[in-house]
Amino acid sequence: MRLVTYRDALHAALSQAMEEDPTVCVMGIGVDDHKAVFGSTKDLVKRFGPHRVFDTPIAEGGMTGVAIGAALGGLKPVHIHIRCDFLYLALDQLLNLAAKWRSMFGGQMSVPLVVRAVVGRSWGQGAQHSQSLQSFMMHVPGIKVAMPTTAYDAQGLLLSAIADPNPVFLLEHRLLYELTGEVPDYCRAIPFGKTVVRREGDDVTLVANSYMAVEALRAADVLSGYGIQAEVVDPVSLVPMDEATILNSVRKTGRLVVVDTSWVTCGVSAEIAALVAEKAFDSLKAPVKRLGMQRTVCPVSKPLERAFYPHAGTIVAEVLDLLGEQRLDVQVPETATSFKGPF
Amino acid sequence: MRWKPTTGPFAVDGQEDEAQMTAEQGYALYRAMLRIRRVEEAIARMYPSDKIQSPVHLSIGQEGVSVGVCLALGPTDRVYGTYRGHGLYIAKGGDLKKLFAELFGRVTGCAKGRGGSMHLVAPEVGLMGCSAIVAGIIPVAVGDALASKVQGSQRLVVVVFGDGAVDEGVFFESVNFAALKQLPVIFVCENNAYAIHSRVADRHRQAELFRYGESLGVPGERCNGNDVFGVLGTMERAVADVRRGCGPQLVEFMTYRWQEHVGPNTDHAEPYRDPRDIERARRFDPLNCAEGRLRERLDLTDDRIAEWETDVQRDIDEAIAFAEASPFPDPASLFEDLYEEAPSCGS
Repeated sequence: MRLVTYRDALHAALSQAMEEDPTVCVMGIGVDDHKAVFGSTKDLVKRFGPHRVFDTPIAEGGMTGVAIGAALGGLKPVHIHIRCDFLYLALDQLLNLAAKWRSMFGGQMSVPLVVRAVVGRSWGQGAQHSQSLQSFMMHVPGIKVAMPTTAYDAQGLLLSAIADPNPVFLLEHRLLYELTGEVPDYCRAIPFGKTVVRREGDDVTLVANSYMAVEALRAADVLSGYGIQAEVVDPVSLVPMDEATILNSVRKTGRLVVVDTSWVTCGVSAEIAALVAEKAFDSLKAPVKRLGMQRTVCPVSKPLERAFYPHAGTIVAEVLDLLGEQRLDVQVPETATSFKGPF
Repeated sequence: MRWKPTTGPFAVDGQEDEAQMTAEQGYALYRAMLRIRRVEEAIARMYPSDKIQSPVHLSIGQEGVSVGVCLALGPTDRVYGTYRGHGLYIAKGGDLKKLFAELFGRVTGCAKGRGGSMHLVAPEVGLMGCSAIVAGIIPVAVGDALASKVQGSQRLVVVVFGDGAVDEGVFFESVNFAALKQLPVIFVCENNAYAIHSRVADRHRQAELFRYGESLGVPGERCNGNDVFGVLGTMERAVADVRRGCGPQLVEFMTYRWQEHVGPNTDHAEPYRDPRDIERARRFDPLNCAEGRLRERLDLTDDRIAEWETDVQRDIDEAIAFAEASPFPDPASLFEDLYEEAPSCGS
């Protein structure tokens, strides 16, 4: 095992996949420039050539269609978007074509396409550089969806996505890029459909994904100081979802707080709350609570931005409230990363 | 740019580009058009019986485009189309039994009854798929052409779309990218005069759609789509250019939609139509025009036509009988084919 950043884990997985499979190609705005999508595609164009690693026109819809066609034509495209928000322009292609191609044509063809997109947060990313589109992709059958949290997830799931014959949407988080974690020396694919228990505890289940899992772990540390043991459960793979691990945890603790990187309405937190209501209602000792972005447009100004996002402090407050503990003014550092912008 | 002046969709016959062909090829073009015409007439006739319980977008009057385009292609070349896809499916060599079974929602259909009329597919003959989102499939064809180029393949890709698709952003994005990368793709705009009930001139200031290619670096031309021999000639030249590595081409074929946008009927009296259209359309009926030309130049006889009519009718009857006898999909199969099974990767 070795300790690497999330970005280097993505880079290692991509390099290895390109070495091992000559049909893998990388496309997207800026994949071959000096910034290389926060370093995750660094020097790939030098190693593999411009026919396998290429910049695209700023045309997310058309280029997603091109990626789908390239996949049908025998390539394995990895299409990268430096901000998730840009994918609204590509939803027609992803949801009307990529997601439907196999079923709509009677299972005769598959679309082995990987779409990577990065969620922005903090340092004034604002209204259109901060969104997190997992629920859009989850809503429409036909695309696999995962949100890698650790370097290990990032490496393993990217490899798994590239090997998968179906369209896969990998949602990365900008604040995770700097964080380090252990990965195997030789990158290994890890399967979709696994929920990860990040920390065990008996008093409350925190289901939290992506960067929110990091915040939930910080919250769990604080809560243990109050004698409250939180179990942190990370549904890394959203489609397909490992429901059993979530349900087992709720059956053990009897309390659930869901924390998502996006809005709560019709989102992952709504889905998981519904799952628990349908399948583990009897084990609940308290109402399910949900945390996500506030139901408004993401602001830039620091005090507003802080009020907009859930973080360790709000998670702690929610859990204390849920347990009927006195709400204290818990001081928790704002984020778990050293990210200072600009992008 | 090569542009042959036309008088709208109803240019008189006789194009410079007429293909040099043998009698056998000429007959093949005619028979393919006849097959499409009779199949769609059969569909329109049976539609009130509700055996086809999904929308149909007929291409009667437009057969010259599908046939001229597909017969210019080789067996490994690929075609992408739209919801008005019966003609393309038949012209590219799709199986008639599987077509009717698909229309009837049977498990023996070309998409196992999951696609229906709007999503015909026949990868075994190079028809990769038809989409019901206007213009959406254009960049997919470009991506396939990109794969062909990256792989060093000789495979050429054609995408057929209507004039309405030229309103959409992805049309321009796709033509731009194909030009940028000099990809082996031919954009075929089948201009049938109406996007649903709207004329091109009501949606574009610059209504000569083929000219959009030139501004993006792709040679464009406009041709009479009702003259199947001209369509074939134009396509053969475009195909040769693309295979020589000249980059993508855009061809606008002018034709005319005889039927309503969706459904089995005609709607010639509706106010969106020019009342003279139907008379002109009949005069330039691609099937009649081809018949006239073949009678003039070859020894096409009534007997031979009657024989072909009999053949087509027999094939249609057999296809319908096959479809009727085929089972519906099992409801238990609802979730099949959503995903292909992924390779195992341990835990």
